[in-house]
Amino acid sequence: MTNITMADGSGGSQMHKLIDSVFLKRFSNPILNQKKDSAIIKIGDKKIAFTTDSYVVKPIFFPGGDIGSLALYGTVNDLSVCGARPLYISVGAVIEEGLDRSVLDRIVDSMARAASTAEVQIVTGDTKVVERGACDKIFINTSGIGEVYYDDLSVNNLMAGDCVIVSGPIGDHAISVISKREGIAFDTLVKSDSAPLYGMIRKVLRSSKEVRFMRDPTRGGVATTLNEIASPAKFGIVVDEAVVPAREGVRQACELLGLDPLYLACEGRVIIIAAKGAEKDILKAMRSEKVGRGSRTIGRVTEDNPGRVILETVSGGKRILGMLSGDQLPRIC
Amino acid sequence: MKYIDEFRSLTLTKKLAEQIRRSVDERFEYRYMEVCGTHTMAIFKFGLRSLLPANIKLLSGPGCPVCVTPNGYLDRAIAIAKLPNVIIATFGDMMRVPGSRSSLEKERASGREIKIVYSTDDAIDIAGRNPDKQVVFLGVGFETTVPTVAASILEAKREGIANYSVLSAHKTMPAALESIASSGDNLIDGFLLPGHVSAIIGTKPYGFISKKYGIGAVVAGFEPIDILQSILMLLRQSSPRVEVQYRRVIDSKGNPLARKIVNRVFEESPAEWRGIGRIARSGLRIRREFSDFDAALRFKVKLAPALENKACICGMVLRGMKRPDECKLFGNRCTPERPVGSCMVSGEGTCAAYYKYGNI
Repeated sequence: MTNITMADGSGGSQMHKLIDSVFLKRFSNPILNQKKDSAIIKIGDKKIAFTTDSYVVKPIFFPGGDIGSLALYGTVNDLSVCGARPLYISVGAVIEEGLDRSVLDRIVDSMARAASTAEVQIVTGDTKVVERGACDKIFINTSGIGEVYYDDLSVNNLMAGDCVIVSGPIGDHAISVISKREGIAFDTLVKSDSAPLYGMIRKVLRSSKEVRFMRDPTRGGVATTLNEIASPAKFGIVVDEAVVPAREGVRQACELLGLDPLYLACEGRVIIIAAKGAEKDILKAMRSEKVGRGSRTIGRVTEDNPGRVILETVSGGKRILGMLSGDQLPRIC
Repeated sequence: MKYIDEFRSLTLTKKLAEQIRRSVDERFEYRYMEVCGTHTMAIFKFGLRSLLPANIKLLSGPGCPVCVTPNGYLDRAIAIAKLPNVIIATFGDMMRVPGSRSSLEKERASGREIKIVYSTDDAIDIAGRNPDKQVVFLGVGFETTVPTVAASILEAKREGIANYSVLSAHKTMPAALESIASSGDNLIDGFLLPGHVSAIIGTKPYGFISKKYGIGAVVAGFEPIDILQSILMLLRQSSPRVEVQYRRVIDSKGNPLARKIVNRVFEESPAEWRGIGRIARSGLRIRREFSDFDAALRFKVKLAPALENKACICGMVLRGMKRPDECKLFGNRCTPERPVGSCMVSGEGTCAAYYKYGNI
């Protein structure tokens, strides 16, 4: 008998194996098999992006956000990175018996505010209450649909020489949650980066037609996302560690806890792969938006090392930057 | 980060790498063992091998506590976890280490109460909050971690915390290194010694390395500059001796207070090293006076004989005789997700370092 372990839900290589061997095996179809952040479906002559995500973050309130806003922005971002304009959202809440009603009010208020910020409507929902211990305070599922306005984003577009851009300091979300959960204080309070990305992404896609692909580095962090991008491609990716943006508080926390910022979840960042010639315009568009102010080019697509991500370390050495393995930080989103 | 970034500086690593290049004689091979798992990880994480001349070979040593913990220990921990009203408190890196038939991670998934703690204080807190349960702390580590474990046992005794105990598999470094130095089957030209062990024991216990075996040694820090400077110091030794590079943390005397606490609670004993075997005077067991807090005595469990996968070459890897990628299981049967040996799963394991960071 084998039991599911926490590492099966980590967002890393083990979760990918579970998804392939359990879900994809049985549900297999051409849309699902693309494993995009959102499914791109055609209804009539309209292209629709459709996605779903469940939120089990612990604690439910953390610096810079809460489970409610996180659940909204997470789904909105999964639509946005697929070149879609997020429109309609569903909310399913599983609530543990005994939850303070005022806590529920705060979470739902936060969701309503987040929906208004992201300019989406919550149009359907579901509520379940389970007995004490059957869940932890509240779990939220959101699904969303959006209208595809830019449908040429695919890892198949990658070319050697392309630039790899990240939209700001990495790891803020994971460290804000973990420091709140473990009661660890660092020199500066690290706030979650949880935020909607649609506005910035739309600007980027308007400013350049040479964006190849984008994805938000949530569970498993930038390292895992870059591996997801590189592994099906004929190219490698090389990352310059010295220029990867990470806040002082995040770097301190990582030193203390033995973590690597490159594997930490972000909830309001995006990785963009684009043609080298478009780098300047794209960075300008990203930096003009608050969520993208800290955008930087952190690497390049290379002909060498196809399918692999190589890190040039701060100390000048080179090594493989692999996919997250095992369960680094459970229940981060 | 102050006091960290300085020790990773590209300008300095380049300079040191250049000095190292100028100090080697191309006709010879230099075989240096980095004893500590934290060194192994730093070397891989910062890609330091790619900065060194090809004739400097870095061999990873036995200084990863999780890697050298025998399966029988995990089997016992798991058997205790299965007893009613027991909470196992453990450092996170033990969770996925395979025992003979299961792992703590798998046991937790099937409902046993196994909690990850960051210190013995956390374990004592759990004991305080659960007076009707037994809390067993898995004491795995070298000289560096033993003092806090000893202090927790003293605290439990002083405060009458009767539901706390320790399952000890603590080990000590010098006798293990002597067994490697004396075996002669790995041709080691120098040791990078674990800095934090010396923060406790000082440098005196290592004197035999140069005196008896004529091998040079440098007690090294854990940042790229520390490691490169230590390699340069080894290269520049005109005759073998034990030197300290990690001077910002240790002096030759170590920490006498920590040693006193350890000696109060623990006594020297033989110890079983996974893949290496039994080494005299290389372990620490809980003294009879504190036997009430010894989980191995408190909980009587029946254990089936421990099983080891015969194809696993962890033992040779831990003694610097083989590289992980020379193992038949490496990367196929044995991966961090499904480890056969603990060297593949530990955050400080040599096999994990090879698998994760590659050998490029």
